[in-house]
Amino acid sequence: MIEIQNVRKSFGQLEVLKGIDLTVNKGEVLTVIGGSGSGKSTLLTCINGLEPIDSGRILIDGTEVHAKSTDLNKLRRKVGIVFQQWNAFPHLTVVENVMLAPRKVLGLPKAEARAIAVKQLSHVGLGEKLDVYPSRLSGGQQQRMAIARALAMSPDYMLFDEVTSALDPQLVGEVLDTLRMLAREGMTMICVTHEMKFAREVSDRVAFFHQGVMMEIAPPAEFFGNPRAPELQKFLSATH
Amino acid sequence: MFDTALTWNDMAFLAQGAWMTLMVTAVAVVAGTVMGIVFGVVRYQAGPYWSLPLTFVLDIFRSVPLLIQLVLGNAFQSIARLGWDPFTTSCVILSLYTAAYCTEIVRGGIEAVPATTRRAARSLGMTWRQDMRYIVAPLATRVSLPAWIGLTLGVLKDSSLVLWLGLIELLRASQILVTRLQEPLFILLICGAIYFLISFPIARLGGYLEKRWSPND
Repeated sequence: MIEIQNVRKSFGQLEVLKGIDLTVNKGEVLTVIGGSGSGKSTLLTCINGLEPIDSGRILIDGTEVHAKSTDLNKLRRKVGIVFQQWNAFPHLTVVENVMLAPRKVLGLPKAEARAIAVKQLSHVGLGEKLDVYPSRLSGGQQQRMAIARALAMSPDYMLFDEVTSALDPQLVGEVLDTLRMLAREGMTMICVTHEMKFAREVSDRVAFFHQGVMMEIAPPAEFFGNPRAPELQKFLSATH
Repeated sequence: MFDTALTWNDMAFLAQGAWMTLMVTAVAVVAGTVMGIVFGVVRYQAGPYWSLPLTFVLDIFRSVPLLIQLVLGNAFQSIARLGWDPFTTSCVILSLYTAAYCTEIVRGGIEAVPATTRRAARSLGMTWRQDMRYIVAPLATRVSLPAWIGLTLGVLKDSSLVLWLGLIELLRASQILVTRLQEPLFILLICGAIYFLISFPIARLGGYLEKRWSPND
């Protein structure tokens, strides 16, 4: 379970998270939508401990992410994150990209790490591209490789930060299909996205962030069918 | 008809000088690169403010002509009674000179690795050390290689200045032969050709590595 308790975060004078309270249960798919600068991406990097927070607490299975005693490198094995830019390691082949963390972080033998990598890459439809370099892949394929790379660590939670935003429209579908597949398999996911159709289909709950505040959170039918916050109504009418 | 007094013994003398040039260059480049990597990482990690003292010292080595550094360094070791021979003194000064340039090459290489790529590595649970070793080092090496090859070739040629400390390297050996045989053009032509023969494989190696890595990036 991910528990976010009254989390505040500022970049200089700009407060980007203004007291966020949120709980994500095991097996749940939460989609977060909102305009640029609403704080939704910052929240994901805070959950993964890549960004410090100013106050409040984030707990993952009871472990406080930002406590000094927490081994963040260990905690991150449980929480995979995939970014808008896929950030392939360009000097490694596709399979090496996926094998690297299982080998070096988990300390698995090469053969075992490769077997995991091959399994995950096949899972996201890249079983034929094992030994090519990322520069030879399309954006959608690179993004799926990034998903496989995160999944190879067998995380309990997956965070997706606008993973389709940097893709050409024709490549968005293949990545969303991968996310749908993960959701069906019961992966606990927080997806920051602008894909409303995806949010409606896949989510257990949808949250709306506006200027650092979580204005609304509800199951998709209620969220899209009967939005209460005027800001959300405006946002939805602008995006439809 | 071309006629020369240069003998095979003289050629062997030049070869000995070339060997000395190679030795001084090799020690300076290896030691300078190791120091440059350490200083470059420190410069990058510490940021401009905290690395100011290091930057200041390295700036001195980059700004003051190498000849002055060699003469002052030799005088310092003598005053401090370190008892270094000319080879050691030359290697120490040339290594620091190389390190000063290499530091900036390394720092630039590390900075060229996108922060987002490093963040992806850390998000997978990699430690700072693992990130540096498996992600930053290979990528920064690719970026830094052309500048490092240039530095190596520069040090090879600059190493001729160690003749001022009495070392008989390639240029000094040529000078001695020119004085004795009075055939400056021919001897300097041979000297230049030897420098080229040493430099060419280094330059080609750089080109080969760049070409080998480029299709992947």
